[in-house]
Amino acid sequence: MNKLVLKIFLMLIVLVLSANCTPQVTSPGGKSLTVMTHDSFAVSEEVITAFEKENNVKISFLKSGDTGAMVNKAILSKNTPLADVLYGVDNTFLSRALDADIFEAYTSPRLADIPAQFKLDSKNRVLPVDYGDVCINYDRAYFSTKKLSVPQSLEDLTKPEYKGMLVVMNPATSSPGLAFLMATIAHFGQDKYLEYWQALRANGVVVVSDWETGYYTNFSGSSGKGAQPMVVSYASSPAAEVFFAKEPPKEPPTASIVSPGTCFRQVEFVGILKGTKNRALAEKFVDFMLSPAFQEDMPLQMFVYPVNQKAKLPEVFTAHSQSPEKPATLSPDVIAKNRETWIQSWEKTVLK
Amino acid sequence: MSKRFNFNGAILLWIAPIAFLGLFFFYPLLAVFRVAGEIAITEGFSVDLLERVWKPLGFTVYQAGLSTLITLLIGLPAAYLFARYEFVGKKALRVLILLPFILPTVVVAASFNALLGPRGWINIFLMSILGLESPPMQLLQSLPAIILAHVFYNTTIIIRVVGSAWEQLNPRWEEAASVLGAPPGRVWWEITRPLIQPSILAASLLVFLFDFTSFGVILMLGGPGLATLEVEIYIQALQMLNLPLAGLLSAVQLICTLILMSGYSFFTRQSTLGLIPRLFGEGVRRPHRWKEIVYSWMIVGFLVVLFVTPLAALGFRSITKLDANRGERGEIQAGLTLDYYQELFINRRQSLFYVPPLAAVRNSLIYAGLTAVISLSLGVLTAYALRRSGKISRVIDAFLMLPLGTSAVTLGLGYILVFNRPPIDVRTFPLLVPVAHSLVAFPFVLRTVLPALLSIPGSLRQAAAVMGASPLRVWWEVDRPLLTKAALVGAIFSFTISLGEFGATTFLSRPEFPTMPVAIFRFLAQPGALNYGQAMAMATLLLVICGVSIYLVDKMDR
Repeated sequence: MNKLVLKIFLMLIVLVLSANCTPQVTSPGGKSLTVMTHDSFAVSEEVITAFEKENNVKISFLKSGDTGAMVNKAILSKNTPLADVLYGVDNTFLSRALDADIFEAYTSPRLADIPAQFKLDSKNRVLPVDYGDVCINYDRAYFSTKKLSVPQSLEDLTKPEYKGMLVVMNPATSSPGLAFLMATIAHFGQDKYLEYWQALRANGVVVVSDWETGYYTNFSGSSGKGAQPMVVSYASSPAAEVFFAKEPPKEPPTASIVSPGTCFRQVEFVGILKGTKNRALAEKFVDFMLSPAFQEDMPLQMFVYPVNQKAKLPEVFTAHSQSPEKPATLSPDVIAKNRETWIQSWEKTVLK
Repeated sequence: MSKRFNFNGAILLWIAPIAFLGLFFFYPLLAVFRVAGEIAITEGFSVDLLERVWKPLGFTVYQAGLSTLITLLIGLPAAYLFARYEFVGKKALRVLILLPFILPTVVVAASFNALLGPRGWINIFLMSILGLESPPMQLLQSLPAIILAHVFYNTTIIIRVVGSAWEQLNPRWEEAASVLGAPPGRVWWEITRPLIQPSILAASLLVFLFDFTSFGVILMLGGPGLATLEVEIYIQALQMLNLPLAGLLSAVQLICTLILMSGYSFFTRQSTLGLIPRLFGEGVRRPHRWKEIVYSWMIVGFLVVLFVTPLAALGFRSITKLDANRGERGEIQAGLTLDYYQELFINRRQSLFYVPPLAAVRNSLIYAGLTAVISLSLGVLTAYALRRSGKISRVIDAFLMLPLGTSAVTLGLGYILVFNRPPIDVRTFPLLVPVAHSLVAFPFVLRTVLPALLSIPGSLRQAAAVMGASPLRVWWEVDRPLLTKAALVGAIFSFTISLGEFGATTFLSRPEFPTMPVAIFRFLAQPGALNYGQAMAMATLLLVICGVSIYLVDKMDR
């Protein structure tokens, strides 16, 4: 027995040593820049390496949980900031972050290439990077074999022919869930949206806690083969279904409902964190995130749209991702002020 | 040995565990409470507190109590089987029933869905034989689903912890009672039960605390209508950014843990008997009377259905083609494939955060190994310290278990607050992940080792000392062999806790060292059959790696 213990122990030591020997990549100049992001952040290796070489810097990414967790950590650590740049705060959390005063303003020259509709902070404390639309996805095969027409508006979803067919997420625990709630608030108004949710509830809407469960377990158009043919997801999800298939099909198995007012637009921002000791490099990194090189890399990495008008979209996006006609939006101030009340009233209406 | 020596010895033994918990647990936790308090004072604290605290608290206690009870009802007969009988496939089954413990909830939810969901195998089967239109069983997204998942996760704790104590029980006590004419029921009640009671209580306590702080299971399997304290803390802290309420809920959770622990130490300290454990399980034999045979088959069958089928369903999905045939409803491209395993090795998008599977396996194993080493050393030290500390130990003991009853979200925020510069910096300190895992694992080791340690009769050590053995030799020849079994159980749990843990790993944000659960979550965060398939493949890989490791550790037992 003791020999075996010894062997395992030795193996562990070797493993630990080999782990510590992984080369610590520090550039000769020893400069480094830390970027705080959420867990969904992704980027191509070559794009980052190119930036690192050009500026003689080592970028480390600090993944900090979901968007809420990341914003919270940035606010809590604002006296001793953990990073130089923060990427990923969206319009639903924006006002909280701005109120906490964690950013330094920076007017990037690249802002010229970005349409005004995305620039939600006039002082440029945060700069828009990408956007995505939370839309209802549907299982195309289900609707075609049942010869059922696809709903065209939020109101349609309360019709009896769609009873029990929609799965949504709890806005208290899921970001697309919150976005969809906001689409209904933008469409029906603050005094009417709860009535709508009552009607949805009466029509058998299924609520789950997280996107993973909704999409992969309840939704019938994905790998889970669930029971609901409609799910709250993203307008880009059908493109992802094509991209992440072993043999890419001609047509995606799913599609989005993109009629006016049915989708909610999420915009994600980057900002330089107050107290950075690398202001010059941080500015360069922000410029880089808004440049076509990074912007064109984003769609297939995170399945979001670039805000830079000069960035070209990959083919799988132009072919399979639909763009909503008039996505709903709400101003970050209104969201910050009402977020808690909306979610609580929603919980009382839909869950109790 | 004089009283004074005991006292000094105890202080020496206490240094490491107190420093560890103080630095990595109490210090960050107090920092969060301080900040939460400051915000509460400056911004006021105006919510309908009673409702917001009582409701989740009530549900938390209710579901944890119910889950623990059912886990015990299933675990005890199984523990008896493992402790007293030899049967074909015993070793394999012992490993298999431990595996649920490491599975990320999102994967458990997926495999439960494959079995029990509206389109799961069982519902499809029932629909076809009963000729029904809609699925007859609506199990998911409800309290029964939560309880089922808790039983699925935690029965192994009862089987391992109680089973190992039971196996070491001297069978002659029971035999003597039988010979004197006691019927089996009375033998159980008057001999066996009191003797294994400390481990039953310890195991129940661990199960209860795990259920008490349950998070993923509640969210994913219970559905959005049911919230425990832990879920509320997450929502308040990270979604509503309401730190004062989150802090208050965490404090309530901690106080409950303290109350529970005090009750526990009160009960256990009265009933520890000194007895000499059997090292080689001499009471273990094959079942031969027909009752025993029926009993063992029933239990084995039940365990296989409860634990092995969901695992098998998961493995099966990882090699099943998941792409739907476009245009034709319900026609799944039938067939088996290794595509998802091959895909794991391909960095299709040249992503910076691509996780090479071998690196994930290596990182997971390193973290798990370190966690086992840290928590085993701390746990054994603490067990000795507690044994020497007399009455005060009950109070300390309660505080030692607090990490198990702490919200991971709160502690994670605490780490951000206090560990933001060298020498301990969340961004660079390599040991924070195993340290965080050890906080949860160390109480496990303590709870398994302490009952074993307390039951070693002092006379054995005195005999050895009288014969001239040095204190070190006494420890090596007397304590060590008698503790090995319990220590191994603790080590195995530490190892598996670390392998399956996900929360701390993301909270301590070291994207360059992803573990297997982190990789699984990254796949599941995006749509597409390849992502789903790879998540299933990685989860299966996690099961296999864990199974092999546990099998090896189990082997050391003999």
